[in-house]
Amino acid sequence: MFLINCPYCGERDQSEFSAGGEAHIVRPKQPTELSDDEWAEFLFMRKNIKGIQFERWNHAHGCRKWFNVIRDTSNDKIHAVYKMGEEPPIK
Amino acid sequence: MKNKYSIFSLIKNAFSYHENWQRAWRDPVPKKEYEAIIIGGGGHGLATAFYLAKKHNMKNIAVVEKGWIGGGNTGRNTTIIRSNYLWDASAGLYDHALKIWEGLSQELNYNVMFSQRGVMNLAHNLQDVRDLKRRTHANRLNGIDAVWLNTEEVKKFCPIINTSPDIRYPVLGGTLQRRAGTARHDAVAWGYARAADAMGVDIIQNCEVKGIKRNGDSVEGIETTKGFIKTKKIGVVAAGHSSVIANMVDLKLPLESKPLQALVSEPVKPIIDTVVMSNAVHAYVSQSDKGELVIGAGTDAYISYTQRGSHDVVEGTLKAILELYPIFSRMKMLRQWGGIVDICPDASPIISKTHIKGLYFNCGWGTGGFKATPGSGDLFAHTIANNEPHKLNADFNINRFVSGDLVDEHGAAAVAH
Amino acid sequence: MSKNLRIINSKYIDQTSRISFKFDGKTLYGFKGDTLASALLANDIHLVGRSFKYHRPRGIMACGPEEPNAIVQVGSDASMTEPNTRATEIELYEGLEASSQNCWPSVNFDIGAVNNFFSPLIPAAFYYKTFMWPANFWKLYEYFIRKSAGLGKSPTEPDKDIYDHRYLHCDVLVVGGGISGIIAAKTAAKNNFNTLLIDDKNILGGTTLFQKNECFKINNSYSNEWLKKEIENLKSLKNLTIKTRTSLAAYHSYNYLLARENLTDHLDLNEKKDKIRQRLWKIRAKKVIIATGAMERPLIFNNNDRPGIMLSSSIKKYIDYYGVKCGQQISLFTNNDSAYETAISLSNSGVSVNSVIDIRDKSNSLIVKQAEKLGIKIHWKHTVVNTNGYKKINSIEIMKLSDDGTTVVGKKMKEGCDCLGISGGWTPRVHLFTQSGGKLKFRDNDNVFLPDKSELDQISIGSCNGDFELDEVTKNSVNLINKFLKVNNNDYENLEIISSKEIDKKNIWLLPSDKPLGKTKPFLDFQNDSTANDVKLALREGFKSIEHVKRYTTTGMATDQGKLSNMHALGIIAETAGVKMGELGTTTFRPPYTPLTFGAIVGRNVGEFFDITRKTPIHDWHAKHNAEFENVGQWKRAWYYPIGNENMHEAVQRESKAARDSAGILDASTLGKIDIQGSDASEFLNRVYTNAWSKLEIGKCRYGLMLNEDGMVYDDGVTTRISENHYLMTTTTGGAANVLGKLEDYLQTEWPELDVYLTSVTDHYATVSICGPNSKKILSKVIPDLNLSDKEFPHMSFKNALIDNIKCRVMRISFTGEHSYEINIQSSYGKSLWEKCFEAGKEFNITPYGTETMHLLRAEKGFIIAGQDTDGTMTPVDLQMDWIISKKKYDFIGKRSLYRSDTIRDDRKQLVGLLTDDPKEVLEEGAQIVLETKKQPIEMLGHVTSSYFSPNLNKSIALAVVKNGKKLKGQKMFVPMKNKTINVTITDTVFLDKENKRLNA
Repeated sequence: MFLINCPYCGERDQSEFSAGGEAHIVRPKQPTELSDDEWAEFLFMRKNIKGIQFERWNHAHGCRKWFNVIRDTSNDKIHAVYKMGEEPPIK
Repeated sequence: MKNKYSIFSLIKNAFSYHENWQRAWRDPVPKKEYEAIIIGGGGHGLATAFYLAKKHNMKNIAVVEKGWIGGGNTGRNTTIIRSNYLWDASAGLYDHALKIWEGLSQELNYNVMFSQRGVMNLAHNLQDVRDLKRRTHANRLNGIDAVWLNTEEVKKFCPIINTSPDIRYPVLGGTLQRRAGTARHDAVAWGYARAADAMGVDIIQNCEVKGIKRNGDSVEGIETTKGFIKTKKIGVVAAGHSSVIANMVDLKLPLESKPLQALVSEPVKPIIDTVVMSNAVHAYVSQSDKGELVIGAGTDAYISYTQRGSHDVVEGTLKAILELYPIFSRMKMLRQWGGIVDICPDASPIISKTHIKGLYFNCGWGTGGFKATPGSGDLFAHTIANNEPHKLNADFNINRFVSGDLVDEHGAAAVAH
Repeated sequence: MSKNLRIINSKYIDQTSRISFKFDGKTLYGFKGDTLASALLANDIHLVGRSFKYHRPRGIMACGPEEPNAIVQVGSDASMTEPNTRATEIELYEGLEASSQNCWPSVNFDIGAVNNFFSPLIPAAFYYKTFMWPANFWKLYEYFIRKSAGLGKSPTEPDKDIYDHRYLHCDVLVVGGGISGIIAAKTAAKNNFNTLLIDDKNILGGTTLFQKNECFKINNSYSNEWLKKEIENLKSLKNLTIKTRTSLAAYHSYNYLLARENLTDHLDLNEKKDKIRQRLWKIRAKKVIIATGAMERPLIFNNNDRPGIMLSSSIKKYIDYYGVKCGQQISLFTNNDSAYETAISLSNSGVSVNSVIDIRDKSNSLIVKQAEKLGIKIHWKHTVVNTNGYKKINSIEIMKLSDDGTTVVGKKMKEGCDCLGISGGWTPRVHLFTQSGGKLKFRDNDNVFLPDKSELDQISIGSCNGDFELDEVTKNSVNLINKFLKVNNNDYENLEIISSKEIDKKNIWLLPSDKPLGKTKPFLDFQNDSTANDVKLALREGFKSIEHVKRYTTTGMATDQGKLSNMHALGIIAETAGVKMGELGTTTFRPPYTPLTFGAIVGRNVGEFFDITRKTPIHDWHAKHNAEFENVGQWKRAWYYPIGNENMHEAVQRESKAARDSAGILDASTLGKIDIQGSDASEFLNRVYTNAWSKLEIGKCRYGLMLNEDGMVYDDGVTTRISENHYLMTTTTGGAANVLGKLEDYLQTEWPELDVYLTSVTDHYATVSICGPNSKKILSKVIPDLNLSDKEFPHMSFKNALIDNIKCRVMRISFTGEHSYEINIQSSYGKSLWEKCFEAGKEFNITPYGTETMHLLRAEKGFIIAGQDTDGTMTPVDLQMDWIISKKKYDFIGKRSLYRSDTIRDDRKQLVGLLTDDPKEVLEEGAQIVLETKKQPIEMLGHVTSSYFSPNLNKSIALAVVKNGKKLKGQKMFVPMKNKTINVTITDTVFLDKENKRLNA
């Protein structure tokens, strides 16, 4: 089980957090203007990356804050955490 | 098959100290070109190759596998086979598979040990009861042999379940499909490999796909660690790694690859003679022919390709096992492991063409792909050979995520009042 | 039998406390400090079990967790018996009962041994090749296969023992209390690291503890004496915690480790009760030092499995530590120096050593010279080609090896013996290292896999890191520890170490015999009965990878998980396939290191602690009034309240009628409640619900539907505008936590610009709902000051009020279609409020009703239950609730999905009412609905979602979803049941009071 460094609370056991999938998929501002294909892209299609992934986690059993994590999905190593709205510290 | 397996061949070979058995499959060097290439040497991929050769007369084909055949989810799952699915499309697909399972050992001349010891699904709250009854009614009208059992009948069929009304989530009943059961996972991969090889299919192990070559809208071949191989048709059956292949052609799939764990106990004399599944408390258990309790745990919620999940999931699963079977508290976990499952948002698979000509995907089986292996292979072979889906897999196309016509097998949403 | 093979020289055995125990029904004696294995050996019992496949007699082989053969059933009590327990790890206790497994009728006479005669017919994986004819006979074949498989027996009654979990955080975890582990623990603790040292034995010291040999000395003391002082010194270290009888089970990523501590397994039977049996430690260590030592390898030769054939180092431990002679005429067979330590120990204890058979040409080490000096006979360059004796070895056959080691030459010699010690070299215990994700490297000169790269903050030291010589173990460990901990501990700088150096090495994975391989049985995996021949067969059949060979032959898959067999399997594969071992790789070592009790993994989370039970503040009242409860999520909800002998149907009919005829009272406290505040609260609701909220007046309530982004109904409930920027949202009981989570997600990640705060207040308020034509009168008695006129307090509005000076919120909302109020009050007053309402309602025959009646009443009105009438595939349009979708709103969650090609189809499944032709016939929920029963396959058009007998309408009613149902009103359809077909007609969803008159009655 990971240790996740919540940007608000510090390092905590993974069991306190819930995963929220790929990050930086912004909900379209004008969904009605999207084609069915474009909407499906937002709704369902994912990169599902093997390697460095930008993803969302929620400190569900802690401060309840959402934040971003950069994790390598091939070895579960966490490279960085950053708050929602912040620029990723690693590109 | 020149080297037919039977009790007689065993006796015959015993005289020569088993020194004259032939190879189960060859170890060929890849040819320059194939009529079709299957990426992924798991059960589904090998079955696809087998049916392409057997039913569609496509014999100049290859299966490429980055590791060893059957080394992925085929060899890591808890081998539950059933077809008591809710929706017509799923029932059609899984029962097609179940019917093939029933004659598979003979078809392959390889004992896959398909054992129809029944699969029971338990209900623990009133909504479970409604959902399972709904499924049972649908199954009956679809010709699938599922029946509803009340609590006493559950207890009778599997006496070791704790059916006391005093437990936290008492068993309120369950469904039973008697034709359902388990099979020997390795034998499925090996049996298909041997039978496909006998028809000329090249099974190329330790050959990792590094890229897919395209010419405009069509595929032209694959780049591999053993060089470039030309082909006009590529069937991708890479399970947890489907997205990795899809990303090579900038195709995004509605998949997430997550860790799924399982464990076995030490072997004991027969104690449970059926497969019992409980969605509500997350416990799946059966006993292998060797005597080990085979227990399926849940998936973790995060994407990972490590084949490892979190200990919490294992603990949660065993907690549920002890709730339903307090007699197992002194049993010991012998081995635990993880696999990578590719999960679709509607918990149904994709067996489909793509917008790229000659590129086909068979993926998204989530936690339950093993049971479909023969059916999946048969239908995927049909789709590749005819460039059109069979009517049994037509609903499992990729386009359903655009139109919204999902095959939602999650069952009812939340328990609510 | 029953010779006493105990010598009186061991200080680890307390010969003053004799312990009686039973093995296979026979009472035997041992001493405190014994293991079951050492006590059996002292009683001259080697034969303890039968093998898995061939039922060959098997004896004790080792002295630790790698034991493959001596696997016994402990205890006979149906709830407390434990299968597959290693006799080598069971500490002897008064009252211990153990028995052999996998044999019938007894271990001495086992019918299953007939398998051994059929063994030529049943090579590895034979079952894949047969049992296929006739096809339907597999079930029968399998029945017998299953019966003969398995080892011990599962308990058949619930476990009475208690298990526990504890969390532990430390700076340094040291796994293994042998010489290098002791050095590590001392160094870490002295340098202010908070240190934990664990060892699976009951005493620290590892194998050095009983190493009293001239060839292994530190600072002029025997190495055991030196180490004992070191262990003594540990006591003064404040930062050090020591846990013995604690076995490291799993090493996960991020230095998360699980260790099982045995607390009562060694206690006398009558002392075990009411104590915690095992505790699972969940450890987070900043740094991990693995010092788990090495295991001795067996040698692979014909009939190497007979009782009496043991690992040479185990024979040494039995004599030096337990004071037990494993035989009286012992031969030793080796490829390395360590068997000579055994020979010397035996000789020093007065046990005659026949000879040492050594496959090497020579060895000039200190230890061999010492053995020679003691007059021990050595057969250089010889091998054992066969062993004899059925239930116990009685002789061995020896031949000279050819120069290249592939065949045997010369004349066969026979040597009588009652015990054969074998040593094939040493295998570092790298299991934990690989479990943690570490990669191994191969060392050619002695064929060992060693820890190489790891992502975690950890090191391996001592023999698990490949340092087998005493001077290397100490010096390298000290250096590695200092570097790893970044300290400079000079306690061990000037150690003078005498160590016998092994220089001559030779290894043959599969030793040759004078017979062809096919006629021999060189066992690799003793418990699973797989032989070198099986591995070769697998390779011949094209199984190339180690994983394939393992699975095909089941080598390494027994309860010892291949601790003794894996290396030889790899060696034979490499040799046969002509590959270098380092390139072949290994199979994955999976957790746990040794089998781990389910009970320990689960800890206290059993029985009533399986899951949290949430009860409302009014729960006790319901229980007192005979309520049956229903589990809804984690909540216990009153389901119905039977009076006297009423069954559920009768109770529900009575409750439903009372609620419509006069008054009913319901505990609605479990509904999710979310407090929403902030200047953008209205805008937020606009975005999460399908309908519009900006214009909702303060003090008014509105029903809302929430969708998933895929357009499907997710949850519903009534939300009240408390003040300008303050709403109270209610959700379904089961959906509460998920709804809050989802709303927080949108708020924090998609709409951070909104000024909105969400707080779950579900547990803060109790909710009492009163409904029925007399509800107004009752409420006016409870809150006399409140103006309840329809004008002042109309349907779908809210008032703050005081009851006995306690603030409460009263909503006039209705889920039953009756005139109805919901009072929210601080939880602690919930029960008194309920009682007050009940008291006030007595004159109106106020009737408590449960969830079942609630469901019935709302169904009469056609109100949906999210999760029952919807299943994640229903849109609001499908529910015929088009009115709730705001046409004006630009966007809300799920809106875009409502316009996809499939969701705009007008023949989707839609919510309808159903009436049975026979008004007494109540449909089964979940039953399917069809139009055509003749044509196969029968097309299913929908299903019954809710169904009840309505006492108020005196007929059965149902809600259903039916394909194109909207247009099918009046259509006759069929519900085909197993034994009959029920005729039904599609109707409107509202069965009662279509004009909503009762709301204001």
